[in-house]
Amino acid sequence: MAKVAVIGVGQSAFVRSYPGSIRELAFEAFRDAMKDAGIKSQQIDASVICSAPEYDKQRTPAGLMAEYLGLNPQPTFYVESVCSSSSSGLRTAYALVASGLHDVVMVLGFQKMSEISSAESQERMGRGADIQWEAPFGTMMPAYYAMYARGHFEKYGTTEEDLALIRVKSSTYGVINDKAVFRKSLDLEKIMEPKYIATPLKMYDCCANADGSSCMILASEEKARDLCAKPVWIRGLGMATAPINMAGRDTFSGLKCAQLAGKRAYEMAGIGPKDIDVAEVHDCFTIAEMMAYEDLGFAEPGKGKELIRNKETYKEGRIPVNVDGGLLSKGHPIGATGGSQIRTVALQLRGAAGEMQVPNAKIGLVHNIGGVGIYGNVSIFSAD
Amino acid sequence: MSFDQFGVISFTSATKTEKFVELLQDNRLSGTVCKSCGAKFFPPRSDCSFCLSDEMDWFGIDGPGELISYTTAMYAPAGFEKDVPYSLGVAEFPEGVKVFGRLDKSIPDDQLKAGLKVKVKVVSSGEGRVSYELSAA
Repeated sequence: MAKVAVIGVGQSAFVRSYPGSIRELAFEAFRDAMKDAGIKSQQIDASVICSAPEYDKQRTPAGLMAEYLGLNPQPTFYVESVCSSSSSGLRTAYALVASGLHDVVMVLGFQKMSEISSAESQERMGRGADIQWEAPFGTMMPAYYAMYARGHFEKYGTTEEDLALIRVKSSTYGVINDKAVFRKSLDLEKIMEPKYIATPLKMYDCCANADGSSCMILASEEKARDLCAKPVWIRGLGMATAPINMAGRDTFSGLKCAQLAGKRAYEMAGIGPKDIDVAEVHDCFTIAEMMAYEDLGFAEPGKGKELIRNKETYKEGRIPVNVDGGLLSKGHPIGATGGSQIRTVALQLRGAAGEMQVPNAKIGLVHNIGGVGIYGNVSIFSAD
Repeated sequence: MSFDQFGVISFTSATKTEKFVELLQDNRLSGTVCKSCGAKFFPPRSDCSFCLSDEMDWFGIDGPGELISYTTAMYAPAGFEKDVPYSLGVAEFPEGVKVFGRLDKSIPDDQLKAGLKVKVKVVSSGEGRVSYELSAA
């Protein structure tokens, strides 16, 4: 397969309520990535626009973005896989470049969630699961992930405090990430306050909704070497799907789509979990990060709790995970999240992550899940 | 009977599986079984993803089943606020299917545990709505 590189990354600040429209929000990440890549709009051959459409009044956002970002008359594509939309966008853009159809492709993820209330947003997000057979019971994302937390607790003896330790880590890095929505330091006592959302998940086990955008620019090997001093190479892409309905799931202690996506990504890259220097995982809830440790092979099934108890996933640990604060601290603007995770890893591999930098990071991994394990995307990148 | 009478709020009005609601009113939680290849489905489907047949029979799910996982929601999406707190769970049934749904509020908190034996309880409201819950067997 032809080599494809990421030559530019950008993101807006993730905020509670963005004071502008979706096109303006998108432009923030686009401008950031274009400056990073040092290219002009005319050099982009095609674009891939990613979001979850139910939050916007705008239909067919790709057409709007192509116009506002100055990318007419080039082709544009709209890609959606709820919370992993922009990782699915990366996969689409990779295929467009690797096939030789286009040389430089821009992937833009965005979401403006602040125009509706939290309860309305939960109802819409709940409709990212099975609306015919499950939503009539009053389902929402925290309740679904809570069933996985309970399943993990019952099978492996994981505790609420183990999950709280993940949030302690997240807040440690959220404090130093100037793009994050939640930058307060949190201690274990505060996180353990019994403010249950869906048992056993409490308030601080859940990420916050946010408005935000992310952008990445992909290029063929030839273009990348021509345009970019420090290209970040896409080494492995794994994607998998699992039944949308909970009745179709075989276990409630891990996500099958993530396990399979990880296996496929490692195979394509020709490496294993021990080779990863830095990882960004989809911690929409603390339990999601715990399962990611195991689904990606950073720990044996049931041993994820040892990783966090021993601080192995801190910056100084054996496998640093979410050292930008993750979704828990950054916030989770659905369509933008994957691109933001990829940006963090690209900066790490270039040695440009500032205070968050993991020394000598050469290979990075991004794990980005859509819905409650409907879509799993795992992407592996390297510095050379 | 139509499918928009199913559950607290139905988001689906037309489905070829709407007989599910009628069977539920007759106190039977039902799935479908493919007449051609015998594959069993819950939730019910009108099309077989294994052999592509569209001919299905209905079968009843009696249990008792075994609770696999559960949660109690202390906060609800729009339209469900009046029910808080309520529990949701998924159970494995001997008929070879898993069932997701609300849990009966009469199950004491200290009995909620993976492995709890559960049966299906049909719940009808005065306004013609019908649903099911998982109750202690």
